Amino acid sequence: MEYEAVIGLEIHAQLLTATKIFCGCSAAFGAEPNTHICPTCLGLPGALPVLNRAAVDHAIRAALALGCTVHEGSIFARKNYFYPDLPKGYQISQYEQPLATQGAVDLDGVPGPRRVGITRVHLEEDAGKSVHEGFVDSDRKTYVDYNRSGVPLIEIVTEPDLRSAGDAAAFFTRLRALLVWLGVNDGNMEEGSLRCDANVSVRPAGATALGTKAEVKNLNSFRFLEQALEYEIDRQIAELRDGGRIVQETRLWDAAAGRTISMRSKEEAHDYRYFPDPDLPAVEVDAERLSRIRAAMPELPDARRRRFVDSLALPEYDAAQLTQSLAVAEYFERAVAAGAAPKMAANWIMGELARALKDAGADAATSPLAPEQLAGLIALIEKGTISGSIAKSVFEKMFASGRSADEIVASESLTQISDESQIAALVADVLAKHPDPVAQYRAGKTTTFGFLVGQVMKAAGGKANPKRVNDLLKRALEP
Amino acid sequence: MPSEFSRDQIAAIAALARLELDPAEVELFARQLGDILAYAEQVRRVDTTGVPPTASVVTRHATDRADELRPSLDRDVAIESAPDPALDAGFFKVPRVIG
Repeated sequence: MEYEAVIGLEIHAQLLTATKIFCGCSAAFGAEPNTHICPTCLGLPGALPVLNRAAVDHAIRAALALGCTVHEGSIFARKNYFYPDLPKGYQISQYEQPLATQGAVDLDGVPGPRRVGITRVHLEEDAGKSVHEGFVDSDRKTYVDYNRSGVPLIEIVTEPDLRSAGDAAAFFTRLRALLVWLGVNDGNMEEGSLRCDANVSVRPAGATALGTKAEVKNLNSFRFLEQALEYEIDRQIAELRDGGRIVQETRLWDAAAGRTISMRSKEEAHDYRYFPDPDLPAVEVDAERLSRIRAAMPELPDARRRRFVDSLALPEYDAAQLTQSLAVAEYFERAVAAGAAPKMAANWIMGELARALKDAGADAATSPLAPEQLAGLIALIEKGTISGSIAKSVFEKMFASGRSADEIVASESLTQISDESQIAALVADVLAKHPDPVAQYRAGKTTTFGFLVGQVMKAAGGKANPKRVNDLLKRALEP
Repeated sequence: MPSEFSRDQIAAIAALARLELDPAEVELFARQLGDILAYAEQVRRVDTTGVPPTASVVTRHATDRADELRPSLDRDVAIESAPDPALDAGFFKVPRVIG
């Protein structure tokens, strides 16, 4: 029997705020342990949480971009469980009335395009970090750092609309790019600011009922996500083919062993006894706030890609490349606004600039070369002032020094030689110096032409207009 | 209207709360929680037609705040108040929680 996989994802994304969700402690990653803590995020008696407005704005941005309905009122609830990294004994989350529901994302999936439903987007606080290894008494003690306790998160839950490991990876890639694009999340999976769990089941191909699912955790890189899901899907299919059955459980991806392992816990452990948090009023989002946030949002990647194709006549490939990050898209648009021809700007940005930025450890947002400067370089090429090969060396100099193309070309006399008499003189000189190739060419061995062009260009210091050189050389070689 | 809690229910609630109860306490809490539930049943009889559910009674402080940094606690002060602090490393410390 053929089986198909059914996958839904739960993504936790840290919101890019300066402070935590319910207190004024820093939400920054990587500080000395327990230096970003206060009575509120330590859950000390009497401390009251007060909601960070910017966290809600970020969550709304994400929800709108995912096509969700943002609700006028949503409620914070307490999710009760005991673990040392949760100082209050409960996590403040949203349960029955989340911030936003019912969105969708169109995905170019595997196999084929599909629409992935977004069940909900809700706000919650992160837990602290338990350290189980590395101290002299680690065999007996767990160390806890509460810097992360209270850091603002959104949880995004998808419908079980994904059908393969490749599908899930493609979706997660798109979601990450979107969140980064919106400035809602930094996309850093290594630091844990973006995390993913998956619910996986299999069923006979074509069936509509869902199979029993397993929840797979610890999918903290694109590679792990795809490997873990492939493994888990194969495991479940093999189990069913052997006449076994799937047990509903939580499984952990063991990257070293390349497999998922069961981490079943006692059933009552999942009785979280959610109830509305009496310390926090309802989150109210009125129409005015929604429209203000919507108006300030950047044009989304899909819309921008279409516009690059439709109104700037870029090839699909270029448009897709340029809309992989907001910084690159903005860079391109600024170059075009400064007068650069779109296709030429695209070539330079995807080619020379991308390489130079990578070598310099920079990105489009921190580029030492402004898009207006790149447009200046492109203008000189278009006017024929400099040749393409000279342009590359001018680019390097601009990138390194921050000087303008005009300045470099003028001060280093790089202006292309287009003057006919000047080039004709160089040609005559080269022909006189290389009688053998000239004779060979005239005898029908036309391959020596390239050599002669090279000699003229060399004599011109690379500055001669290549088309003129070709024309004049050809004319001079005619019998 | 008498509301009853079975011993199993008390045991389950105690387990979620990480409490160890002796048999006398199970009896005691079964009765006390039953009384609380009976009171809740009494409150539920009030006609609340047209009254929106009240999840929170917090009205005296601001509903939200700007995203502005405020000073955190001094680490030593924060950790010292916990049992068995790891002052040099700057960590809170608890009995090992995984195997």
